Amino acid sequence: MTIDFTFKIGGEAGQGLQSIGYALSKAFAKGGLYVFLNQDYESRIRGGHTFVQVRVRNEPVYTLSEEVNMLIALNKETIDLHKTELVKGGAIIFDGEKIPIKAEDNCYSVPLEKLALEKGGSKIMINTVATGAAMGMLDYDFNLLADVLSEEFGRKGKDVVESNVKAARAGYDYAKENYRGKYDFTIRPLGSSKRMFLNGSEAIATGAIVAGCKFMAGYPMTPTSLILEFFASKARDYNLVFVQSEDELAAINMVIGAGYAGVRAMTATAGDGFALMVEGLGQAGMTETPIVAVVGQRPGPAVGLPTRTSQADLLFMIGAGNDEFPRAVFTPSTIEDAFWLTIKAFNIAEKYQIPVIILIDQHLADSYRTVDRFDLSKVKIERGEMLSEEQIKAMGPYNYKRHQFTESGVSPRAIPGTPGCLVVTDADEHNEEGHIIEDAETRTKMVLKRLRKFEGVKKEIEPPKIYGPEDAKITLIGWGSTYGAIREAVDTLRKDGIDVNMLYINVVWPFPKDEVSLVLSKAEMSFVIENNATGQLAYLIKSETGREVNEKILKFDGRPFSPTHIVKEVKKKVKG
Amino acid sequence: MVTLKDYEGGPTAWCPGCGNFSILLAVKRALVEMNLEPYQVLIVSGIGQAGKLPHYMRCNTLNALHGRAVPEAIGAKLANHELKVIAVGGDGDGYGEGGNHFMHAILRNIDITYIVHNNQIYGLTKGQASPTSDKGFVTKTTPEGVISLPFNPLALAISLGATFVSRGFAGEVDHLVELIKKAMQHKGFALVDVLQPCVTFNKLNTWEWYRKRVYKLEGTDYDHTNRLTAFQKALEWGDRIPIGIIYKSDRLTFDEQLPTLKKGPLVKQKIDPLACEKILDEFM
Repeated sequence: MTIDFTFKIGGEAGQGLQSIGYALSKAFAKGGLYVFLNQDYESRIRGGHTFVQVRVRNEPVYTLSEEVNMLIALNKETIDLHKTELVKGGAIIFDGEKIPIKAEDNCYSVPLEKLALEKGGSKIMINTVATGAAMGMLDYDFNLLADVLSEEFGRKGKDVVESNVKAARAGYDYAKENYRGKYDFTIRPLGSSKRMFLNGSEAIATGAIVAGCKFMAGYPMTPTSLILEFFASKARDYNLVFVQSEDELAAINMVIGAGYAGVRAMTATAGDGFALMVEGLGQAGMTETPIVAVVGQRPGPAVGLPTRTSQADLLFMIGAGNDEFPRAVFTPSTIEDAFWLTIKAFNIAEKYQIPVIILIDQHLADSYRTVDRFDLSKVKIERGEMLSEEQIKAMGPYNYKRHQFTESGVSPRAIPGTPGCLVVTDADEHNEEGHIIEDAETRTKMVLKRLRKFEGVKKEIEPPKIYGPEDAKITLIGWGSTYGAIREAVDTLRKDGIDVNMLYINVVWPFPKDEVSLVLSKAEMSFVIENNATGQLAYLIKSETGREVNEKILKFDGRPFSPTHIVKEVKKKVKG
Repeated sequence: MVTLKDYEGGPTAWCPGCGNFSILLAVKRALVEMNLEPYQVLIVSGIGQAGKLPHYMRCNTLNALHGRAVPEAIGAKLANHELKVIAVGGDGDGYGEGGNHFMHAILRNIDITYIVHNNQIYGLTKGQASPTSDKGFVTKTTPEGVISLPFNPLALAISLGATFVSRGFAGEVDHLVELIKKAMQHKGFALVDVLQPCVTFNKLNTWEWYRKRVYKLEGTDYDHTNRLTAFQKALEWGDRIPIGIIYKSDRLTFDEQLPTLKKGPLVKQKIDPLACEKILDEFM
């Protein structure tokens, strides 16, 4: 049986919508189903309108769907705003005692507040009752939901777990007894699962810890605060240090200090927070200090729409900083990509002693997905050329040169504090020893030495992947979090007889120019699909390959793409 | 035995007669007297004439951006707390560009020594007002005289709970050596604000101007453990300018309060991906 079922849970900020979405998702994930959860919220703590979408499938899911099967409305506004998104036969679950609406056939009233008070003992349980009710409507296995609630509330004690399970059960029973029969869509577990359920921020923070990042400094900022929080929460168990800095300038400079001292170090911020870090990025380039910076895009310029999604900082990342120095910019497309590219970011940063930027966006940071468990035995730690105490001893006392000229441009590193060696570096132009200079010859040699490292970085980058047949007539090109939406659009378009594939770029710098050029040379028609207003990837492709992308599908309203939207736009151009 | 020769560096680019020379000498002498080897010491400096100091001696050196010596020193200290970390910069660097970092380093009480060459003028950019320039001081950018009040680093530091607040004078090298040693021996954030003439651009606050005014607190009955009188002392400026330890107290340092660092420096911790399976369990 095919399952492709989307819940939309709407209400005000502060009503616990996310916990409903998360509990539903986890219960489905435990039953072996595939889940994608995305969040839409405003820059406020209480009130306003906010929603969470959960899409459940019996096969892998990479993105959201615009078609809603069940609307869980915690306020009237949710019904008014979203009822048109419901598919035929789609259900609305709401509390008829609190939201007075003319009940149509598809409206299923559940006394959420009453049951929460009666069974759970508190109004706080409204969202737990609603979660139970949704599961009851679908006749899903209640025990799986009970397991999730036990895990989630376990830390708060047995009583809290019990009252939540009771509240969920009350909602479940009410919905099942009153509405099963009238509403007959069913979701059943597919079996037990060994999959994880996590979001992009968690994947990156986990990737960093796995990669041996020991130090993180940051100033909280949507959409990457969770990366900081997650890292901080693991400090005690994994020997990490997190510092909440006074500002973004301090954050990146602390990270440079730690990187200089020989520790893998990272910061995370948003695009406009990164605007403050730019000088630090240059210092990492100049002093050849390995650092990793996660940048979560949100619409700008300046503060823009702080809680929403965007892909308008691509060219900013590639060009940020005064003068020229090598860097890498990774643009992970999925949860898996976010994890593995974070590990790679640390390896590249240390091997080539450069700053590496991991460019994500709110949609990837906040969206959860079921993914196969990461195989940690496949993690490779490559720290690059690092001199041991013995090697330094062999060089003779104080003969080490931090910025020694080499063919690859990479000068072996040493740990400051090692007897018999001094690690000297400077944000000013410097000589091989790291001391400040003014002369033209050394300056020229140093610039070329730094730039030579980029040739090595280029060799480390895997070519971009193609989804679908290699020789398709039409190619859709994307980067970052749009992967899922474009991928599903390709599936749909191919089913509809349109010969299309997807070219996916998850490392935008160094730019994979040969591969992109080759794909474009084969395609009869090409589209870029980007969450910005000017088509920054198209610009980059033109400047790097000389090739023009034919069409741009752009969206810059702060909301993520849906596959349906892409399919519609492609068809407009292809059919006429 | 460590000697001054161990710390001997290359030629300087400072003006003849600059106060920086005696600060450099005092730093070197303090390190020698503490019997520290150059490899055990890290100097993180900012931008300005003061920021060049570590280049003219021998030690681990991270010459950072303008105003950012303190956060870079913090990062390095937390990565390897076995290093003796000194941050060095000028008044513009530390009290202007890096003012926010200065305040928060004090609040954290991170265990580093911060030496500020305070010449009340911008030297590297050739003679503009600095945060510590006296009100009314005429410079290229303040032709009508400085309008703002001068930044008072000592009073600010005491008000924020700094645990070691001191002022030295480039004309009193022996005294400055002792101050730097005490600052480095102090556990916590230690400020050494050093009055220093800029012989090229500051024609007001000259060697003679300072010599007439400074007096040593050592040998007087001044009690540097009383925060209220210390605050009063920090406000003393004009005909008489006190030098010495203005305030000293004890409080746990930031690094001491991080449970992780009790297991040794971060830089010595092993990287073990397989030890992270438990994190993945949480997502199951």
